[in-house]
Amino acid sequence: MQIKTIFAGFGGQGVLMMGYTFAVAAMREDKIVTYLPSYGAEVRGGTANCTVAISDEEIASPIASSPEFIVVMNKPSLHSFQNKVQTGGILFLNSTLIDEDPSRGDIESIAIDAGDMAEGIGDARTANLIMLGAFIKKTNLVNIDAAIGGLGDIFEGKKKVIEMNSNALTIGYDSLK
Amino acid sequence: MRGNTVVGEAAIRAGCTCYFGYPITPQNELPEYMSRRLTEIEDGIFIQSESEISAINMVLGASVAGARVMTSSSSPGISLKQEGISFLCGDELPAVIVNMVRGGPGLGNISPAQSDYFQSTRGGGHGDYRTVVLAPASCQEMADLTMEAFDISDYYRNPVLILADGMLGQMMEPVTFENYKPRELPKKDYIIDGAKGRPSRFVRSLILNTKDMEEHNWKLMRKYKMITKNEIKCDEFMMDDAKIAVVAYGTAARIAKGAVKRARKEGLKVGLIRPITLWPYPSEVIKKWARSVSLFVVFEMSAGQMIEDVELSLKGSSEVYFYGRPGGVIPTPMELVKIISSQYYQKGF
Repeated sequence: MQIKTIFAGFGGQGVLMMGYTFAVAAMREDKIVTYLPSYGAEVRGGTANCTVAISDEEIASPIASSPEFIVVMNKPSLHSFQNKVQTGGILFLNSTLIDEDPSRGDIESIAIDAGDMAEGIGDARTANLIMLGAFIKKTNLVNIDAAIGGLGDIFEGKKKVIEMNSNALTIGYDSLK
Repeated sequence: MRGNTVVGEAAIRAGCTCYFGYPITPQNELPEYMSRRLTEIEDGIFIQSESEISAINMVLGASVAGARVMTSSSSPGISLKQEGISFLCGDELPAVIVNMVRGGPGLGNISPAQSDYFQSTRGGGHGDYRTVVLAPASCQEMADLTMEAFDISDYYRNPVLILADGMLGQMMEPVTFENYKPRELPKKDYIIDGAKGRPSRFVRSLILNTKDMEEHNWKLMRKYKMITKNEIKCDEFMMDDAKIAVVAYGTAARIAKGAVKRARKEGLKVGLIRPITLWPYPSEVIKKWARSVSLFVVFEMSAGQMIEDVELSLKGSSEVYFYGRPGGVIPTPMELVKIISSQYYQKGF
């Protein structure tokens, strides 16, 4: 089994952190993982995306021609990535910033109001992990506890940040049935 | 761990105590890591120099004093270091130089590319010299080859270049540092560390007497012959019954491996030859497969550079097809599968 996911948005949305948290969670579950970030020269506002491949055997190419899953955080990303996802795949979109549906009928699309939910818990910056929480619930690729545990490694020593992000992950996870 | 960080940690574990460099994307995580780690090492020295040129000359200074030393940069910065690399070769001094290649020429962009193949394998500096060029294709290989690079460099007293790209530098994969088996190395009896109680030593590349200079050149050539004999590394994948062999290195080889796996699923007899040392080049491996392979597809993230080494290896004995994407474009495995299968059916295999 080899599953590839692209996470995309603009710089500053925490798109790379979203993919990285997922990659760390998969690593904690002893899966074989590659994490490949790609971003513009701008610190904020440019395009940002990352590809995470998880597998139980060697991953040849860390690049995804036609990923199983795509998570898009803004409209330009929807436009540039919706055609990549494979037939039968799932597209997760941040409906706070994306007010249109994907133009494809052969994929499932799941809208998560991640931006508003993040505002709701008092930190708009956590929209990324709310999105990831929902992604983990739907795909069941890793255990949510592995992701929450991973946050402890990623933000080592920053208790408040860990708390805030764990909370966001859980809220996103619980937002889907 | 991230590729750039892996190179840093591998260098420290191989005994590197000095790092000199000037920032450039996409390799900045490496100097950042070294700036922190080298303060934890006894006698560790980290200097962010005022330019790439001064960095490579600091490397020369540390090397002549006997330290294990490293510098890193990306394409335009490596161009600036070429004079220093020529001097390191002339002086016969070890050093490890990392190039996280980006799109070029000129300032280019910050995307991964393989367009520095000529510069790395032919030498961008002046004079009859060679540098060993190692091309990792995964974070694990970045660790293994970086550690080995220091040993190769010390053993032959010659700089070793690690040729990767922005993708390998930025990519994260799990890594172990336990594979390294240190080589037995000769004592550094040439270094300049104070002549108290012993005759003085000279390390220089200025040899005005032409006869002596010629002999120095032949001496270097004998060394390069030895390196060619001992150090070639190449990986072969699904080659046994292959009609088409894809030849690719580094990031392109990762993409190619994905493509070969897919083509195999479609029933096409395709394999992959992945040179790990770009100089010395695994010509014998390429030549060996010419007997059973009908077409060599050279795949590069450049407009076509390594293809010359493949053609030199084959000397016209087999057909060569080139597919490349220059300018920092990352091709997809599917793209290459299409090329492979169209060639496969066109040739009627």
